[in-house]
Amino acid sequence: MKLLSMDTSTLVMGVAVFDLETRKMLGEMATNLHKNHSVRLMPTIDQFLRDLDLKIDEITHLAVTSGPGSYTGIRIGVTTAKTIAWARRIPLYSESSLAVLAMNGMRFDGLVVPMFDARRHRVYTGAFQFDRGKMDEKFPQQVIAMDRWLEQLANSNQPVLFLGDDVIRFREEIETALGENACFGTPAENIPRPASLAWLAYQKWSQHEPPEHKNFAPNYLQLTEAESNWLKKQRKEGMNG
Amino acid sequence: MKKNSNETLILGIETSCDETSAAVVQNGTKILSNVISSQIDVHRKFGGVVPEVASRRHVERITLIIQKALEDAETCLEEVDAIAVTKGPGLVGALLIGVSAAKALAFATGKPLVPVHHIAGHIYANHLVKPLTFPLVALVVSGGHTELIYMTRHNQFERLGKTRDDAAGEAFDKVARLMKLPYPGGPQIDRLAIQGEPRYQLPRAWLETDSLDFSFSGLKSAVMNLVNKARQRGEEINYTDLACSFQMAVLDVLVEKSIRAVKKTKVKHLLLAGGVSANSSLRIRLTERARQEGIELGIPPLELCTDNAAMIAAAGTYQFLDGKHADLSLNADANFSLVE
Repeated sequence: MKLLSMDTSTLVMGVAVFDLETRKMLGEMATNLHKNHSVRLMPTIDQFLRDLDLKIDEITHLAVTSGPGSYTGIRIGVTTAKTIAWARRIPLYSESSLAVLAMNGMRFDGLVVPMFDARRHRVYTGAFQFDRGKMDEKFPQQVIAMDRWLEQLANSNQPVLFLGDDVIRFREEIETALGENACFGTPAENIPRPASLAWLAYQKWSQHEPPEHKNFAPNYLQLTEAESNWLKKQRKEGMNG
Repeated sequence: MKKNSNETLILGIETSCDETSAAVVQNGTKILSNVISSQIDVHRKFGGVVPEVASRRHVERITLIIQKALEDAETCLEEVDAIAVTKGPGLVGALLIGVSAAKALAFATGKPLVPVHHIAGHIYANHLVKPLTFPLVALVVSGGHTELIYMTRHNQFERLGKTRDDAAGEAFDKVARLMKLPYPGGPQIDRLAIQGEPRYQLPRAWLETDSLDFSFSGLKSAVMNLVNKARQRGEEINYTDLACSFQMAVLDVLVEKSIRAVKKTKVKHLLLAGGVSANSSLRIRLTERARQEGIELGIPPLELCTDNAAMIAAAGTYQFLDGKHADLSLNADANFSLVE
């Protein structure tokens, strides 16, 4: 029994294969490039399985990140994964891309804060804490203005590890808000690892959590601009009328 | 259903705009299933298709739609010979869902992957009614396209003319919006036009004498100017008559240029294709004119005029038989060209 994980939620495109019986990570590969996930994901998986001497029918479980991140990237991963799962009749597990990135800080004593730039000075983020490898979501995953987020984190009065390639854009602000409590990941810790995704999915499977359904959809963490504008307009009209 | 060895069974997938569709077509001509999930109700409140909203809906629905297409056809993935998918043109984010799903299916099953041009699909909608007879000319009119295509055999397309600015359907939608008609505007204008008189003088862009190209932006601007001037002067505009005048201006050019293209290429067969071919006046006028000229005209039934995967599977069948397959690096192409 082997689990194939794939992640295209951010610039990182990652795939890994995990053996569910021997609990061994058979392989992992990730790139961190501005290259087209749509073109590369399927050939990469194809080649990766060849490298591992595996055939597609030896893959018994799948895992994918459900977002947040790049809308298009998330959809490529989710569509690919759920279509393979349906065609091969194998279970699919999903995990948040922020939780996968947070795994890089699992030995950190304090809050682990993964983040992706959501533009207009906002971030996709959340705060996690690990207790002997067990992940606890301390602040829910959300899209939030950076200054408001830093205020909340500063109020928690504990060391905070910021993870992700986008963190550098906010480094000064973070240091100003958190002072000595601000910690930063290494370049290796700043990219989400597909092996971590596989491991999180394995835990769901081993704890008998139900896999995703055919109508499984990404979790973008925010409405489209058109939808939120429409809702604003409705509320305004509701107040006026 | 177990199929015969001499049969070709193609699964088609289409997600180029706001319809999520999957279909199974036998031997390129027979529709075994054609499942279409329209998002029209989702986009109506925005007054038009919002690409990000469309992509999100496609991703939710795609697997269910593919499964239903196979179930309705009483077949299964194993029985299918190839997976045909719209590569473009269209909204790139929307196209990517179909392309990603098709690639995943090809990878999971080892079946060939066939990339199909959306316009080729519209032309082949006719093939599902009556097999294409070559040579032929096809008038393709939709929200994104206005083209005259010449074909001498399957899978070969030559462009005789195309729009230099707006597509005919786009002009319909923009004018409808100006007239504050609900989305989608094309059918609304068609409905009004039938009740109106062509009282307003509007231009027809014939372009150069021998040109088979189209142009609708001038017409659209003329309608806008007419409405704005009337508003400034406080004059009442008769929208029913305006719809009639506008539609007549569009159809005059579409019909005349189609006939010119047929005469120029000396073919006997003319096909109508694309979303605007649902326009009732266009169907009537082209039928009438083709009859006068002794041209055999093919018009798809209304349900095959709008975007659907059966037409993609039909066009894909001949590409599959010609060995025109794609590998797993296939990408969506918003500006994919029909003519190589």
